[in-house]
Amino acid sequence: MSNNDYIIEVKDLTKQFGSFKAVDHISFSVRRGEIFGFLGANGAGKTTAMRMLCGLSYPTSGSGTVAGFDVIKEGEKIKRHIGYMSQRFSLYEDLTVMENMELFGGIYGVANNELKERAEDMFKRLDFYEERNTLVGSLPLGWKQKLAFVVATLHKPEIVFLDEPTGGVDPITRRQFWEMIYQASSEGTTIFVTTHYMDEAEYCHRMTMMVDGQIKALDTPANLKKQFNASSIDEVFRLLARGAKRAE
Amino acid sequence: MGRFLQFVKKETLHILRDSRTMLIALLMPVAQILLFGFAVSTEINNINVAVVVPQWSEGVRQNVEKLSANPYITYKGALTPNEIDHYLRAGLVDAIVVYANDFDRIMNDWRQNGVSKSAMQFIMDASNTNIAQAGAGYLSNILAGDMMSASSMVETHMLFNPQLKSAFNFVPGIMGMVFILICALLTSVSIVREKETGTMDVLLVSPVRPLRIILAKMVPYFGLSCINLATILLLARYVLEIPMGNNLWIVILVSLVYLALALSLGLLVSTLAKKQVVALLISAAVMLLPIVMLSGMLFPIENMPAVLQPLSAIVPARWYIDAMRKLLIQGASFGPILKDFVILIVMTIVLLALALKNFNDKLE
Repeated sequence: MSNNDYIIEVKDLTKQFGSFKAVDHISFSVRRGEIFGFLGANGAGKTTAMRMLCGLSYPTSGSGTVAGFDVIKEGEKIKRHIGYMSQRFSLYEDLTVMENMELFGGIYGVANNELKERAEDMFKRLDFYEERNTLVGSLPLGWKQKLAFVVATLHKPEIVFLDEPTGGVDPITRRQFWEMIYQASSEGTTIFVTTHYMDEAEYCHRMTMMVDGQIKALDTPANLKKQFNASSIDEVFRLLARGAKRAE
Repeated sequence: MGRFLQFVKKETLHILRDSRTMLIALLMPVAQILLFGFAVSTEINNINVAVVVPQWSEGVRQNVEKLSANPYITYKGALTPNEIDHYLRAGLVDAIVVYANDFDRIMNDWRQNGVSKSAMQFIMDASNTNIAQAGAGYLSNILAGDMMSASSMVETHMLFNPQLKSAFNFVPGIMGMVFILICALLTSVSIVREKETGTMDVLLVSPVRPLRIILAKMVPYFGLSCINLATILLLARYVLEIPMGNNLWIVILVSLVYLALALSLGLLVSTLAKKQVVALLISAAVMLLPIVMLSGMLFPIENMPAVLQPLSAIVPARWYIDAMRKLLIQGASFGPILKDFVILIVMTIVLLALALKNFNDKLE
């Protein structure tokens, strides 16, 4: 394990589909323990970039390391150190809360007694205990998303990648969700989160703005607002996205 | 191994909780066996026959009595020559037997002097060729059998299926179809479903090897198919009364190879399809139709146009059905089905290799 301050380092990462550059030479670094926001309109290339970092997709060119491992050569090793929560709700709806936890705990090699302990802890914290034997499919969306986060961090990964985790969720649940993110962050997990809710960007330690596959800005939310002389991140985004060619 | 079992458990739960699909998967073979065994039948019963008799005589009367006494034939009475056309067009009769004017004299001439001359004529409604052919065959057996020398010159033995039960013919076909449906269709749909819901991504970012995910998926469907195999064999033995000899282990061995083939096919389809509907359509159009049309299940391969015959050779079900027919109905041993068996194994290896290659490529 590297003692590097940066847990993700990416240089000129590019993904090309035919002549279409979904991700166009992006370079950035994420510090250990940071909440790193990855913002941009739909189609800006956020998800593609994240999939490359998770080992779901090979970069066309460029290089990078995640948790000290090379994204091109050591994808399998990366997988052991990350958690991932996809854009779509992606637990098994026909399995119960506990069965989902056991499955993913098993996949990541979390020992049984440890898994039970962590599950109990989560149930208590989230007031989930009553629902542990409920089929996930019958839970409300907000609960599902929280559960997905719990499952993604069950094995205490160094980094957790969240792809639009709060899409379609009501504001209260979004708020609770971010509390969970902060909790995980305070325990030392690095959070890499994509979103297109600009207000959520304010919750991040640092953030990037992606437009047309390129990174147009990278700083703390406060610095970005100062730099662009804007009152909100939304305004920063509108200033940056003005030149965007890809339709939303 | 623990991880693998965890996956198998998960897949089993998916199947068990989707009770509708499971029920269909378990009952489909039963329904098909019963349907093809009893309802759908290529045997021709109840052929409606009328006679035209210009002049009744003792010989004619005896001959007509044979008609009315036969269980396969419904005797519709005597018509006048003018009515023939109307009765056939209206579909009231399938066949008409017209006796010669001097039927008795012709018969006598033939018996005593060996002079052969037409004594009767069959007029068949050939708008349904099956009924026309089978009917003409029945009629010449029943009516002309004893008086023509034909019966003494040619003796026909129906081996293996003396009663010509069409159910015997269908069982291998149904097996060929059901296993493709259960293994290939359900497996591919279940893999593609995970792509569609996004759970596949979550599995792929985990440290589990993709191949293991897929293998774990196949296990419960393989189990389900084994239950089906048992059901079909039991029904075939005890309900359709197909005699099964001591070659049962070969039946099971060949069937297991075929199951592996079907699972590989399912995997291949799942790598080609992104949506469940597409997987379903590919399975139905690309697998089911050729099985029904080209495998020899319904239509003899020898009768197919020359263009289609080589095409049928790439339909795996053709070889499986052929092997099952030899094994179940003829009670063959390993020798006669060796070719089928080898072809099935080669096809399985090729399909599996293709599927795995495609699967790995798709991971980008």
